[in-house]
Amino acid sequence: MSKLQLNKSWKYADALESTDHIRLKEKYDLFINGAFVKPNSKKYFDTINPATDEVIAKIAEANKKDIDLAVKSARIAFKSWSKLPAKERGKYIFRIARMIQERAKEFAVIESMDGGKPIRESINVDIPLAANHFFYYAGWADKLEYAFPNKIPKPLGVAGQIIPWNFPLLMAAWKIAPAIACGNTVVLKPAETTSLTALKLAEIIKESGLPKGVVNIVTGAGNTGAELVNHPDIDKIAFTGSTNVGKLIQKSISGTKKKSTLELGGKGANIIFEDAAIDQTVEGIINAIFFNQGHVCCAGSRLFVQESVAKEVIEKLKDRMASLIVGNPLDKNTDIGAVNSKEQLATINKYIEIGKKEGGEIYQSKCSISKKGNWCPPTLFLNVSQSHAIVQEEIFGPVLAIQTFRTIDEVIEKANNTPFGLSAGVWTEKGSKIFKLTQELNAGVVWANTYNKFDPASPFGGFKESGFGREGGLHGLKAYLKFE
Amino acid sequence: MSFPDLTKTIKIDKLGVDERIDRFCKRSIKNEAKEYGLHLALSMIDLTTLEGKDTPEKVRSLCYKARHLHDSLPGLPSVAAVCVYPTFVAIAKKELKGSGINIASVSTAFPSGQSTLEVKLSDTKFAVDQGADEVDMVISRGKFLAGEYNFVYDEIAAVKEVCGKAHLKVILETGELDTLDNVRKASDIAIYAGADFIKTSTGKISPAATMPVTFVMLNAIKDYYKKTGIKIGMKPAGGIATSKIALQYLVMLNETLGDEWMNKDLFRFGASSLANDILMQLVKQESGHYQSLDYFSKD
Repeated sequence: MSKLQLNKSWKYADALESTDHIRLKEKYDLFINGAFVKPNSKKYFDTINPATDEVIAKIAEANKKDIDLAVKSARIAFKSWSKLPAKERGKYIFRIARMIQERAKEFAVIESMDGGKPIRESINVDIPLAANHFFYYAGWADKLEYAFPNKIPKPLGVAGQIIPWNFPLLMAAWKIAPAIACGNTVVLKPAETTSLTALKLAEIIKESGLPKGVVNIVTGAGNTGAELVNHPDIDKIAFTGSTNVGKLIQKSISGTKKKSTLELGGKGANIIFEDAAIDQTVEGIINAIFFNQGHVCCAGSRLFVQESVAKEVIEKLKDRMASLIVGNPLDKNTDIGAVNSKEQLATINKYIEIGKKEGGEIYQSKCSISKKGNWCPPTLFLNVSQSHAIVQEEIFGPVLAIQTFRTIDEVIEKANNTPFGLSAGVWTEKGSKIFKLTQELNAGVVWANTYNKFDPASPFGGFKESGFGREGGLHGLKAYLKFE
Repeated sequence: MSFPDLTKTIKIDKLGVDERIDRFCKRSIKNEAKEYGLHLALSMIDLTTLEGKDTPEKVRSLCYKARHLHDSLPGLPSVAAVCVYPTFVAIAKKELKGSGINIASVSTAFPSGQSTLEVKLSDTKFAVDQGADEVDMVISRGKFLAGEYNFVYDEIAAVKEVCGKAHLKVILETGELDTLDNVRKASDIAIYAGADFIKTSTGKISPAATMPVTFVMLNAIKDYYKKTGIKIGMKPAGGIATSKIALQYLVMLNETLGDEWMNKDLFRFGASSLANDILMQLVKQESGHYQSLDYFSKD
């Protein structure tokens, strides 16, 4: 086979997104009862730009006392917020949505600085989707009776919400919007490596005039999260994050009245049939695993290619990888940004070593990588099987394990042979095959001839160890309501 | 040369193509990368006049423009070729002597191609005898849509034979083929029948060249190269009027076929007004401000 020379003679010059317009404080306090307050812990931790290792700002660490204050303010606010005419609740949420849109560029730049994701993604995906989520649930606020006919929907009370670092603002929107639309009040804890956009959201919430205490945002690491989970006056825990932490949460709330929804890890099967549109499928594989450096719970991290086209697909995949640009997240031409934290990079590298040791054939695209910051080149593993650790466990990085299959039943069996069940992709021209797979795959979301598409109207959530409960759409409301 | 296995023609998903194109268009090309791209685009232009009202005078002035794009800006490349009707090849040949600029002639009852093979072959022979370096033929779209693929293949192969040393560009007229699947199938037929270049459009049908169509054709070229090691050229024609669009096409070329296609031997723009827009951008890169269009000659 003849080889292509890609990306050598015409290098795109730097095209950096401007950072002049963003406003960041040196130090961020906790957002409790409508005001920024100093933490009782008196402690602050650094939030770091993963592309440069530079400290961007200091973030307050909330302790037990701070959590208690936040929950109390949410409890007090619940009394009036839940009785406010639903139409009025909707108006506040619409206002928040519009304010996010107005400041979209600022949010996007901060998201990329703090989290490492390419600016192309934060501008085109994260921020608009976050705004859309608020718009969508604002619309539901005064129509809950119509959403659930013949039932009387009532809010649950105070929700404790813990979100991950991969889509910081978007996950905050997924949690806050449906909760307050249904009349609940919330205490939200962002991930410790990516608190900034949640705190910028707190500024917007303050400016929007939302009644005090309806949304409280407390920052900190795992201990802060544990305090929130264990607080006795919480009615509901909503968590998105790793399966291990999800299990811990479930243990600690067992025997309490607390309701919960957990959105956990995944090991999505991306299934390519020989009759698929191969060139577009290759693009879909790239999008499924390398979107957001692979820090996506629903990433298509297991690739199944029908044996008759495997050689062609892999060859084309390698070519496409050669034209991916890894680098400065703030460059408009960057396709793959920085790995979110040193810890995560260590985890990814650990799995790459395991993959090699287990005899997988590794392929990485060549890219020049800066000495500072956390980077991982796009990586493929060939010659792996169901029993390899890199096929079984969630890596949460740009690492794709490739297997082949011969028949449709074989691939369904392999795809379902995992403790997870969050997502899957099917690539074929044949509609009947798509219907068969969507019925038989144990996955909360199955994409057909596309991957990683999100919409506020579409429910999202997992089977098995990928969690329970749905976010988004009508289903997302249910998780924040009780019916009398 | 052999007839391609059409049962294995690769399928095209239009939504997927559109998404990929969106990524190309979002590349930000600045500073030295922009300058390089603009120079390259200029050198790839087939300066074209294909009108019923063409006259020797019109062709002469176009040829002069081809040789002297913008004399006040030094270091410019010349365009790749001048593209005319067969009856003007001799005039263009004389005007462009010693310039290194090729003469391309349309043929085969351009633009509709609705004629007999005999007429098409003599049309081509006339152009080549007059001195055309490149022949731009049209395929029989009617036959293609009627499923007579062998007919289309044989016609291209016959024209190729008459071309002799002249390079053959095969115009698919994608605006009449309706689907991207058809574009791919027609590309494969043209390539296997002996095309040196495949070209999107005559410029007489709307839509002319589009990025999705060009992308599908580039992928056909890629697959053929991977299989045989033979490099086929690509020429989008019509509708590419601004530097911005030209740069987007080059980004697509760069990321699909890569370095070896980034020259006029394997990529051309069929365009008439693109050159002036590029010149205007280049002057702007140099001086920092835009000049009035009146400073650029319209020929």
